[in-house]
Amino acid sequence: MAVNKIFERPVAMRENITHYCPGCTHGVIHRLVAEVLDEEGLREKTCGVAPVGCSVLMYNYMNCDFLEAAHGRASAFATGLKRISPEMIVFSYQGDGDLASIGTNEILHAANRGEKITVIFVNNAIYGMTGGQMAPTTLPNQVTTTCPFGRDTETAGWPIRIRELLSSLRTPAYIARGSAHSPQWIIRTKKYIRKAFKYQEENRCFSLVEVLSNCPTNWGMTPNESTEWIADNMIPYFPLGELKTPEEVDVPTQTMIGKDN
Amino acid sequence: MAKKLMKGNEAIGEAAIQAGAMHYFAYPITPQTEVAEYLARRMPEVGGVFLQAESELGASNMLFGAAASGKRAFTTSSSPGISLMSEAISYITCAELPCVLVNVCRAGPGLGGILPSQGDYFQATKGGGHGDYRLLVLAPSTVQEAVEHIMQAFDLADKYRNPVMIFADGLIGQMMEPVDFSTIKKGKPADHSSWAATGAKGREPHIIKTLYLQAEENEKHNIHLANKYKKMDIEKKSEIYGGLGKPELILAAFGTSARVCKTAIDQLNEEGIDIALFRPITLYPFDDVTISELANKKHVKQILTIEMNSGQMIEDIRLFTKSIKPIHFFGRQGGIVPSPEEVIAEIRKIIRN
Repeated sequence: MAVNKIFERPVAMRENITHYCPGCTHGVIHRLVAEVLDEEGLREKTCGVAPVGCSVLMYNYMNCDFLEAAHGRASAFATGLKRISPEMIVFSYQGDGDLASIGTNEILHAANRGEKITVIFVNNAIYGMTGGQMAPTTLPNQVTTTCPFGRDTETAGWPIRIRELLSSLRTPAYIARGSAHSPQWIIRTKKYIRKAFKYQEENRCFSLVEVLSNCPTNWGMTPNESTEWIADNMIPYFPLGELKTPEEVDVPTQTMIGKDN
Repeated sequence: MAKKLMKGNEAIGEAAIQAGAMHYFAYPITPQTEVAEYLARRMPEVGGVFLQAESELGASNMLFGAAASGKRAFTTSSSPGISLMSEAISYITCAELPCVLVNVCRAGPGLGGILPSQGDYFQATKGGGHGDYRLLVLAPSTVQEAVEHIMQAFDLADKYRNPVMIFADGLIGQMMEPVDFSTIKKGKPADHSSWAATGAKGREPHIIKTLYLQAEENEKHNIHLANKYKKMDIEKKSEIYGGLGKPELILAAFGTSARVCKTAIDQLNEEGIDIALFRPITLYPFDDVTISELANKKHVKQILTIEMNSGQMIEDIRLFTKSIKPIHFFGRQGGIVPSPEEVIAEIRKIIRN
């Protein structure tokens, strides 16, 4: 009887064991990116840009050209690479400390210039690699090592919603938020990631997919508890779905100086 | 092509284009902004890219990404901007990527002032960013030389896979001088296909990184870099100017202050006073051999270092001459360029004693 292969490792992933903690969803999100690169035939013209954070070693797991940026600067790095090699597909993969704290300026302006790059933004509401400190995305009252009594919104402000913040920019973009907490949402998130890369391939616009992720180790939970925690606590504050597509134009172009149309 | 009257900053921009650098990332800061203004018009004419970044952090990290392609890219800035870029410079050096940075140095520390200075000598030659790294540093003293240095800088960056810094100052950036581009030898961009990020078509992926978590692995990389810096030693360059055969006093100065010294020396040589100038053209590697040989000559009694700072290069002069002769210092700060008269007065004072 012939054996049909119905599931295999994507070509865009290397045969390496990841260093991620048991139950961490980084591996799932890596795989979604790799599957999209394979299915869209992009692997051989793609360069990934790793952040500083848990996924700094992403180049060990992905089978495409990979570069490692300084902390928070991945979207500026990706901008430089894409501008000098516009024929390539360039994506950055950044965590919430990297993108939403030290790298807010770089991501905001990359999005506002409409850089034709794709950003995979992994939001797990905490600094993972440094051992569980408060992130700009840490939820109110969530306990971390640097907010041991829970995040106090009086002094630390409210968590930053990157999807909403970037969607407010006038420049056309594709911006969505998915999640890696359930099979249904993993499948939908892959659709978002595919769209994001397609928009880049068509040279249409900047694209960013935020993916809600977990951190069982630093949240002090089992993997199952952590995915439930995403559903119960993160999703109500970070609603899922597409928020901006390049087709939408919310401000008439007549506001441009010197244009009489 | 005949000589063209150009502002230093504009000539720097044009020189980079002629060296084949079609990608420029920068943020406005006085006194180098004219480079960006020139290239904002010029880059589209030649099919290149000018990108005004959100900050010097942005500009330098865009340069980092662009350099990873193996193609020629550059940025320009001035002192406070170079401080912000120092993060990326450290990374680019560790990742061994070729690129060119220009510092049109202004007075510091802090916001300082917008006038010319040489206060960033330590920053340029001893580090500035974190970790153990070196840049090749070229210090032009005329606009023509700045243009030549830009051309050489891209070739040197390719040769060593290392960032090269042009250490200019506000005077060179702002001054208008005749420039001749036709006399300049143009190098060919090197073949970087063995490491550049171009997409892993038909080959193993290329990885460009600066993280070495294992101490032994990190030490190995640092030793590799240190050996490379040693090899750069053959690039050291200096000029000896003036003198009547047996100078009793050697002036040591670079860039704009060296230019002032030349005027002072011309006048004093005419009077029969035998003094000469040692002008380092590369600040790193520093021409230790030439200054040491000069200092060891019997007729050389003293050395006078002239800088537009509180005394930075003088530390290298002391080091490389082993202070075998008395070493004096005269400097102006805050954006003031010393006048030839001031330099002459200082020389007379030293010779008299």
